[in-house]
Amino acid sequence: MNTMRISFLGLVCSVLMVPAAFAGTLDTVKSQGFFNCGVSQGVPGFSNPDADGNWSGIDVDVCRAVSAAIFGDPDKVKYVPLTAKERFTALQAGEIDVLSRNTTWTLSRDAQIGLEFAGVNFYDGQGFMVRKDSGITSAMELDGASVCTNLGTTTELNMADFFRANGMAYEPVVFEKADEVVNAYDEGRCDTYTTDKSGLAAQRTKLADPDAHVVLPETISKEPLGPVVREGDGDWADVVRWSLNAMIEAEEFGLTQSNAQTTCAMTSNPVVARLCGKEGGTGAGLNLGESWSYDIVTKVGNYGDVYEKHVGENTPVGLARAGSPNASYKNGGVLYAPPAR
Amino acid sequence: MSAANKEIGPPVIELGVMGWLRKNLFSNWYNSLLTIFGLYLLYILIPPLVNWIFLDANFVGSTRDDCTNEGACWIFIQQNIKLIFYGLYPTEELWRINFVYLILFISGVYLLIPNLKHKGWVGAFLLIIFPIICVVMLSGGLGLEAVETRLWGGLFLTLVIAGVGIVLSLPIGVMLALGRRSKLPVVSILCTIFIEIWRGVPLITVLFMASNMFPLFMPEGVNFDKLIRALIGVMFFSAAYLAEVVRGGLQAMPKGQYEASQAVGLTYWRMMALVILPQSLKMVIPAIIGSFIAIFKDTTLVLVIGLFDFLGIIQFVGTNPDWLGFSHEGYVFAAAVFWVFCYGMSWYSQRLEKKLDTGR
Repeated sequence: MNTMRISFLGLVCSVLMVPAAFAGTLDTVKSQGFFNCGVSQGVPGFSNPDADGNWSGIDVDVCRAVSAAIFGDPDKVKYVPLTAKERFTALQAGEIDVLSRNTTWTLSRDAQIGLEFAGVNFYDGQGFMVRKDSGITSAMELDGASVCTNLGTTTELNMADFFRANGMAYEPVVFEKADEVVNAYDEGRCDTYTTDKSGLAAQRTKLADPDAHVVLPETISKEPLGPVVREGDGDWADVVRWSLNAMIEAEEFGLTQSNAQTTCAMTSNPVVARLCGKEGGTGAGLNLGESWSYDIVTKVGNYGDVYEKHVGENTPVGLARAGSPNASYKNGGVLYAPPAR
Repeated sequence: MSAANKEIGPPVIELGVMGWLRKNLFSNWYNSLLTIFGLYLLYILIPPLVNWIFLDANFVGSTRDDCTNEGACWIFIQQNIKLIFYGLYPTEELWRINFVYLILFISGVYLLIPNLKHKGWVGAFLLIIFPIICVVMLSGGLGLEAVETRLWGGLFLTLVIAGVGIVLSLPIGVMLALGRRSKLPVVSILCTIFIEIWRGVPLITVLFMASNMFPLFMPEGVNFDKLIRALIGVMFFSAAYLAEVVRGGLQAMPKGQYEASQAVGLTYWRMMALVILPQSLKMVIPAIIGSFIAIFKDTTLVLVIGLFDFLGIIQFVGTNPDWLGFSHEGYVFAAAVFWVFCYGMSWYSQRLEKKLDTGR
């Protein structure tokens, strides 16, 4: 009786379960021919659907870069939309291999919950938006203002910290959902609206008259967003980390998606030659093919290509890159890739 | 005397439109006040709404720049209609969903037309063979390319969750109701515990457990399909509610019905199937349909576990940078579609009640 029950259970299990992945993630991914990438349920410019229903955005392009590095094809990715709450569980449980879902790199997440951050692909931070006709030009002039924001997020806590640290009074006006906050601000129920600057830029397009509003220059919190992998699988973390670094370094050396083919054919710069996969043997160290970084640049683009395509000034999201931390270190930003050699 | 005998009609003021108005809307001062206030509310609400939805709306075009009029930009819905109806399902495989819809539509119409023969067979086909066709057509197999459930979405996913929830929860609910009223203590206690536990937790908690806690209990790399987890959760949840509705019907049956059927020598199951359940289920049709409508609307909660149901996908397509800022259009469209489905169920329940009303 008991053995029958056990064998029945075993049968059920073997039918329902996917074989367990005990090998390293990179080997598993290579043998199954794809990997799972956790993304958001829609953050404009970061991970959102395009007109054909394909995923696009700068978070999505991190996954596409990893796919291009491993397979030479950016589309060997299965996207798993995740809520903010389930994202870490999904990664730990092996439902996804990379989490690229505007996730802030903090000490507690890195140290405590079995995650490893592979880098930063967007430096975000909390800011304020006000009406232009209010005459306010700095967040320091917001004493006594009513502030619209989301309920129960770090945004609310950062705001409280900021006003307390500067000895200013404020009146919070909180809502559950982002859409409600935007509407309330648009209807004039508060003087200013605060959330992450990338969010402010995207939400501004929803306002009745977007040009009548301005985002103040102050950034009151640090929100470095980046891809995350499971802790304890160094080889896989390396692949993700260096896929991102290759995008950044390609931009530093002027290698873009459009010029990569011609530049690689005639370059004499050893750094560019390494990025083109012509020398250096960088692929072997990562257990990838020699053309891994070349594939990233030609099939996905360098960091600048990706940024301008999804969130740059010519997109509806309209986040200016110059002067922001997301500019390359050569242009006064903090984007800096260790050398791929 | 003759004048008194002459037939006098009611006063003119009580006849016709005026009479009706007077009787129903202006019978005394506070009713008149309420009527005027109601009319004023309609006056300030309806014209702008009609203007926004129809008169000033934009219907033709392909990008947001074509939305030049003041009103709603329905181009947003129109351009994303494939995503809204089918989710991320591969475009070249969409015929499979449409094929399933077609079968459902044809057999549904067949069942609705009165006085056709072989309705029993069509019903059996829908209950037994159709689900198999659905599984094969929708998820793949028998030579069809597999389509993973993570690509399912939109109205299609809503219908799958609601359909499975509704169809499977009714029989489970009936069994639970019978079990709870059983004279066997073990059966009765187990059923009661099951019902009370599932009814005692909010659906959102059930879904959360299924999506967040469950994977942690499993060994690494072992995954049940997320949609199946959600389906099981929705099914048991609504079964627990239906069980109590059905139990209400069972308790309303006069004791004589039980005793009479036992007296003619029916076994327990025959008594239930032939005498008790047909009558008691008929009594609780409105409550059962009410539960079904609730399930249909509750499917929107699967958004919290990262599945894109109809409402979720509308919010999702709204995050495309090319279509930012059209959430109003999306929500109005969602409300209209939900209303059509829920009213459809309600209409069917009224029809069923009339048909089964044997004039007690």
